[in-house]
Amino acid sequence: MIIRFAGDSGDGMQLTGDRFTSASAMFGNDLATLPDFPAEIRAPAGTLAGVSAFQVHISDHHITTPGDAPNVLVAMNPAALRNELPTLEPGGTVIVNEDAFEARNLTKAGYEANPLTDGSLEAYSVYEVPMSSLTLRAVEPLGVKPRDADRSKNFFALGLVSWMYTRPVDETLRWIDAKFSNKPQVRDANVAAFKAGHAFGETAELFDHPYEIDPAALPPGTYTNINGNTALAWGLVAASQLSKLPLFLGSYPITPASDILHELSKHKAYGVRTLQAEDEIAGIGAAIGAAYGGHLAATTTSGPGMALKAEAMGLAVSLELPLLIIDVQRGGPSTGLPTKTEAADLLMAYYGRHGESPLPIVAAHSPSDCFVTAIEAARIALKYRTPVILLSDGYLANGTEPWLLPDVADLPDISTTFATAPNHTLPSGDEVFWPYLRDPDTLARAWALPGTPDLMHRIGGIEKEDGSGNVSYDSDNHERMVHIRAAKVAGIADDIPEVAVDGADDAALLVLGWGSTWGAIDAAVGRVRAKGHKVARAHLTHLNPFPRNLGDVLRRHPKVLIPEMNLGQLSRLVRAEFLVDAKSVTKVRGVPFTAGELESAILDVLGASSNGGPR
Amino acid sequence: MTDLIPVTTRKDWSSDQEVRWCPGCGDYSILAAVQLLMPDLGVRREDMAFVSGIGCAARFPYYMNTYGMHSIHGRAPAIATGLAMARPDLHVWVVTGDGDSLSIGGNHLIHALRRNIDITILLFNNQIYGLTKGQYSPTSELGKVTKSTPFGSLDHPFNPLSLALGAEASFVARTHDMDRAHMLETFRRAHQHKGSAFVEVFQNCNVFNDHAFEGVTAKTVRDDMLIPLRHGEPIRFGADSQHGVVMDVQHGARIVEVADVGEDALLVHDEARTDPSVAFMLSRLARGPYEPTPIGVFRAVDRLEYGSEINRQLADAVDSRGPGDLASLLRSGSTWKVS
Repeated sequence: MIIRFAGDSGDGMQLTGDRFTSASAMFGNDLATLPDFPAEIRAPAGTLAGVSAFQVHISDHHITTPGDAPNVLVAMNPAALRNELPTLEPGGTVIVNEDAFEARNLTKAGYEANPLTDGSLEAYSVYEVPMSSLTLRAVEPLGVKPRDADRSKNFFALGLVSWMYTRPVDETLRWIDAKFSNKPQVRDANVAAFKAGHAFGETAELFDHPYEIDPAALPPGTYTNINGNTALAWGLVAASQLSKLPLFLGSYPITPASDILHELSKHKAYGVRTLQAEDEIAGIGAAIGAAYGGHLAATTTSGPGMALKAEAMGLAVSLELPLLIIDVQRGGPSTGLPTKTEAADLLMAYYGRHGESPLPIVAAHSPSDCFVTAIEAARIALKYRTPVILLSDGYLANGTEPWLLPDVADLPDISTTFATAPNHTLPSGDEVFWPYLRDPDTLARAWALPGTPDLMHRIGGIEKEDGSGNVSYDSDNHERMVHIRAAKVAGIADDIPEVAVDGADDAALLVLGWGSTWGAIDAAVGRVRAKGHKVARAHLTHLNPFPRNLGDVLRRHPKVLIPEMNLGQLSRLVRAEFLVDAKSVTKVRGVPFTAGELESAILDVLGASSNGGPR
Repeated sequence: MTDLIPVTTRKDWSSDQEVRWCPGCGDYSILAAVQLLMPDLGVRREDMAFVSGIGCAARFPYYMNTYGMHSIHGRAPAIATGLAMARPDLHVWVVTGDGDSLSIGGNHLIHALRRNIDITILLFNNQIYGLTKGQYSPTSELGKVTKSTPFGSLDHPFNPLSLALGAEASFVARTHDMDRAHMLETFRRAHQHKGSAFVEVFQNCNVFNDHAFEGVTAKTVRDDMLIPLRHGEPIRFGADSQHGVVMDVQHGARIVEVADVGEDALLVHDEARTDPSVAFMLSRLARGPYEPTPIGVFRAVDRLEYGSEINRQLADAVDSRGPGDLASLLRSGSTWKVS
């Protein structure tokens, strides 16, 4: 069941969706969500520009996407209906706040006639519910002013939908109680509106009967509902504990990454230091300073901030210090689509610095995977003394899913070692510390923290002499250092898992993905297989270096399809690296692929029509 | 740690790297002063970290036998902020120039100063771009003819001290490369200050902007052209202390003959004054290094230091909630069990 809540930015639709999701999670459904909101905090009320939507897919079996076309649309005003109706499945259910469909709002939404009365919605099941007036009546006895009462109508809608889908109410009531404990009147109004909505569903004869969506059969364990930004923040805290290094975050607020800064700012008891820096450059600068001091250092941002941090990333490459650079991608170029998702920073992550400046790149594939990927990024950074770019995106950042909590004892030890004694003897017999002597296996350089006696040394952005780290303009040395830095990053391929392939070796088509396309690819491949086709799929966490077996995997299948939320960036890399004729399917509309879109794309490549069986 | 700090000499603080500034550069005398000062500060070499950006001054860390980082243009205050936050046990110094800190890195400088993170910033002001070979800088005088301003600079210059005071820096001082004793004393005070300490050093670039400060710093004119600021004392200068500074609401700060106004009329320097306005007026007393120019500590006030405050918040959080436990963090939202 896919439900889409839509209303004005001020109507609290994100909250409504979030609460509905929580109740469903507690009930045991599998789920995936897609918040979809405008960049403006409050665009003019009632306008198309101000529509904020939240889509949630709840299921009695395992799912990986927020769903293609919603089955149910809850529209709080005419603008929401007009904006969101095209997404609804044919014959779907529409629940509207009837009170909002008055002349002024209809005009603002561009309706010449009232769609509730002109017959244009005949193809849908439409339920007209006077939510505003019923809410007003419900909260009146509490002495709430009419103006304030209107703010509770989203809880009426939540109560109504909770009844329709037999959601447990206790969780929501508990949440309202805790959230508004400081504002008793608001709390009571929201409770009253919620209960009124629930009772309306039960008593009004509009609806035949409530739907039941049984809990999904998920693996046993303790679950929480998690979004990508929170998972990423927790992953950084975990990496700090697993590496036994304090966590430092230098960051500048930017959508959609800011919530990582917010979350980490809460966790001072975990030894987390956060700096809201004066700009993006200072964010990464401070992180480099903290890394130099021996902290596990990170900086979080989105595309425009990545551009600003580029020079400092180059410094970190040259200094060979561990550093996590987290890019929660959004639509670009420039300010682009700040609140909408895209994954078009891959080539920037690869090449967005001057000079030969390689660094490892990893990407998360689902909200909860942000936790795992943060730990992996930290492991690589510390072991190889290198900045690592972690790519997330707006969809992962704000989307949620149930997460089977890991046992902390099972998480990897990613601790590192620091130099404590000289590592080189000069011809004079003097024992000295050379910061650019390397571990022969990993090529990681020796790392001595300031404060360590006798190992004083200087590092910098000027080319360094191999070994001693002293300034060197020697051409042989520079060429050697360029190759060493490249070999160090390339060598990480020996230390990462081979890419797993799901599907038969003789499948004619491999679908290769990275990042948040994972869920849609999973669902689409499932559908295509259900039609009798053989399709293999693989998904990359490590984008630089690629897993050792990727070339073999690509060459094993006659056709390769790469779905991307850009114009084909991984595809370009794969073609260049492996000389395979990979095909792209791309989408840059600010919203993720649907399973249906990828299903069609896969069938096209297979030469099968969307409707027919295998040929 | 109760270990005694080892006795060191200047040599112990000099790295093995050849110093590569132009012969005659003012940076040499500043480096000498810092290296001479270090053995007296009672700190260990391994606990000192010099951070710099780009420019001639930025080569400084390579010549100190301490920890150090030569980073990228303008960003040293940001990098030093992270280092000082992470490692309050270290003494973090930033060495920068007028282009590095007032042009490309202006934002980081003012924010480090307002945050009052515990770092010591030495700004070598030579009023020119040296490393890029002679363009005008943000402190170059109006009308300056350089390679990039063949018809004269149209840029109104920054007054570094006014800027620092405007950012409410808690320690603001000025010294110059021709007076080792004054540098030693000023740097010592800056080091001892808890918070961001800002020191402008008049530094001669003998290749691209020779004699820029000679009008005030040359031995022959110094008595009449430099105004030493001493906390708690009336502001006087001149070979016979015959000149002084008075301040009134009508005319601001101005120079007078002590004989004309009487000693009691002179402004008594108060570096600890909370309000930076008087220090700001003193920073405006000379319009450039051709008028009598105050040197010494303009301002030294106590203000909450950023790194200590961060650590206090961390300690408070642990006191009230106990040290963070990862398993509890993962279960801090709503959870449910599937069996």
